[in-house]
Amino acid sequence: MKRAAARGIGFAAGAGITGIFAAVTLLALVWTPYDPGALAIADKLQAPSAHHWFGTDQLGRDVLSMIMAGAKNTLGVALLSVVIGASVGVPLGLIAAAKRGAADELIMRGNDLVFAFPSLLLAILITAVFGPGAVNAIIAIGIFNIPVFARVVRGGALALWTRDYTLAARVAGKGPMRISFEHILPNLKSLLAVQGTIQFSLGVIAEAGLSYVGLGAQPPTPSWGRMLNEAQTLTALAPRLALFPGVAILLLVLGLNLLGDGLRRERAP
Amino acid sequence: MSAAGGPLLKVDALSVSIGGTRILRQVSLEVSCGEILGLVGASGAGKSLTALGVVRLLPPHAAMTGSVYLRGIDLAAMSEAQLQGVRGRDIGMVFQEPMTALDPLMRIGDQVAETVRLHGSARAAEAEAMARQALDSAGLRGAEGALERYPHELSGGQRQRVAIAMAIVLSPPLLIADEPTTALDAVTQAEVLSLLRGFARARRMAVILVSHDLAVISEVTDRIAVMHGGEIVEQLATADLLKARHPYTRALLAAATLGPKRAAAAPATVGIPVLEARGIVREYPRRRRSFKRRAPPLRAVDEVSLSVHSGETVGLVGESGSGKSSLLRTMLALDRPQAGEVRLLGEAFSSAAGTTLRRLRRSIQVVPQDPFGSFDPLWRVERLIAEPFFSLDAPPGETERRTRIAAALEQVGLAAADAERYPREFSGGQRQRIAIARALITNPAVIAFDEAVSGLDVLVRAQILELLAELAQRQGLAYLFVSHDLNVVRSIADRVYVMYRGRIVEQGPTATVFGSPQHAYTKSLIAATPQFDPTSPRPSVRC
Repeated sequence: MKRAAARGIGFAAGAGITGIFAAVTLLALVWTPYDPGALAIADKLQAPSAHHWFGTDQLGRDVLSMIMAGAKNTLGVALLSVVIGASVGVPLGLIAAAKRGAADELIMRGNDLVFAFPSLLLAILITAVFGPGAVNAIIAIGIFNIPVFARVVRGGALALWTRDYTLAARVAGKGPMRISFEHILPNLKSLLAVQGTIQFSLGVIAEAGLSYVGLGAQPPTPSWGRMLNEAQTLTALAPRLALFPGVAILLLVLGLNLLGDGLRRERAP
Repeated sequence: MSAAGGPLLKVDALSVSIGGTRILRQVSLEVSCGEILGLVGASGAGKSLTALGVVRLLPPHAAMTGSVYLRGIDLAAMSEAQLQGVRGRDIGMVFQEPMTALDPLMRIGDQVAETVRLHGSARAAEAEAMARQALDSAGLRGAEGALERYPHELSGGQRQRVAIAMAIVLSPPLLIADEPTTALDAVTQAEVLSLLRGFARARRMAVILVSHDLAVISEVTDRIAVMHGGEIVEQLATADLLKARHPYTRALLAAATLGPKRAAAAPATVGIPVLEARGIVREYPRRRRSFKRRAPPLRAVDEVSLSVHSGETVGLVGESGSGKSSLLRTMLALDRPQAGEVRLLGEAFSSAAGTTLRRLRRSIQVVPQDPFGSFDPLWRVERLIAEPFFSLDAPPGETERRTRIAAALEQVGLAAADAERYPREFSGGQRQRIAIARALITNPAVIAFDEAVSGLDVLVRAQILELLAELAQRQGLAYLFVSHDLNVVRSIADRVYVMYRGRIVEQGPTATVFGSPQHAYTKSLIAATPQFDPTSPRPSVRC
């Protein structure tokens, strides 16, 4: 009983934190307290106040507005990279499980190849070659989501292929790909929700990492990673400048992990 | 009653409720030394819970009242710590699933010895000697170094012997066996049952045998307690079973003794068969032995020929691993044979492709084994039943579709309104009816059944078999009935094929094959099948 309640609390906390970030991001699409790009050197490095809740940075920009606009950027990159990973990886996993044999080998060994590279390093390579920017960050992170989704889907699908309902569907004359999309994929929904949440949180970290080294979204677009980077030189003067984006990343990743964990436990009680 | 101070075990008014629902009501029973008590009933009748209640191994949130006296001491009043001393030492237990009852990482000798070590001061060497002896008496002596082996190296029957060895290693006076043979094939089942009977006779152990199978129960027990809806509805000596009075016992009896009535004359087996296999060979590649040497493929089906004529029910019997499932998949054109051909309605089926294959698929349907795994849990019954429409060139329109779904459901004894429900809302027997409705919807010429009634209770099984016989007669359907259960095949099939190690070793009309089997394997299979015969003589021993 206690464990059931604890599970509920973790899940609720995760959903709550994630929900707040999502709401703030949506709000940032239409409104931020100040223009996050507007410089006001006269107001630089102000402490948090009624006017500037999170204070201002070395160029007088409102930190709250930058965090809000940065959320837009971070969540967008993470979400789109999950979408890329899932939309390529899920079909690959389904094909591997449905066809077996050579197709399976080819897909899974290709996966191993991608897995074999340290992901962040290769993402840095990609963005370094094709130029920094949000779009290239999305692609770089998305590529590393592909084998994760392919592997998870293949595993789940193989288990489902042993069920007798696939036998009945084949006797009805349905081909393996049709069965994959009619029977297998819908039954993997919750598995995908869990994996998607986890990849989303990894995407947040990856995006922050890339923009920290200057390969993510380019100025003047605000981003949490670059805020951390810029705050580094000012840690003695204004440690809060590193604190706000750091805590934002921490909270969002924590929330997503709690959410994913809760979803997984719900799936397999 | 026994002379020496009453029964060994006396369960008095045992009631169990889980989460407020009463599952067991006032169950009372007694077992004496050397006696085998059979606990029989449908699944959900409370048999297993009674067995578990004796040693208080109940699920969480279960509340138990009543008394369980072992040699006059009330187990129900004991603390959990005291009970742990009783379990294993005074009461041995064997469960249904031999695959999961053993620790996969422990040598079997160590597993058996563990029971000894947990219950006393026996030293390692001593415990090992006892384990060796227990495994011996459980019939594992033949295998040299049996103690050194791991569970995955053993067959299901051998694992169940290990489980039995663990249960008897401390020579407990009481052995509780919960469906110990349900997961085993007929020959192994017979061996395990005679083992249990041997313990009761030779070691004067009291045995409680839980089973849904009246044939199993009637073969080895001295007394029978019939459970229904959490209550014991009747207790009687096995020899008096035919004189049972309670209607539920009588229904169980009827289901165990009577097969569905077939038309007097079996349909003629002339003309072109509806479904025919000619010299089917099905091989599976094996892992290479080395880089240079390719291992010879595993031949699961070895030149098998088989035919099913219109309106005929053909049984295909064989133990697990005999190749009958591989053969069935080939007959359904799901796998291609390495040699030979499957013909459906006189046309090549195994080599068909494209529109021909689609057209032929309408004429053959399948009812799979597992009533719980054979439906997509996310689909409603309506959509599930209509799935075979996919093979039609012009699927019926919305109204016709609904009428046909309703008709199919009513044909199998369900209501048209059930179409709106999900498979999880139905019982095992009802699900098997849904599977049959799905098979019927394209009006096929032949339906293949893959162990389709193996997972069902006797009563439900009898009902389904009756339904099948009725449908066959009404619609002139042909059945290919694959099963390891001889009693089922005997009751429904006109002709039988016996499959052994990938080959058909015997075939012929059911009465001939069962009446005078020729092949040694068929003979052993028939001898091993529990026969319902409560009047057969059995020695009686008491405390």
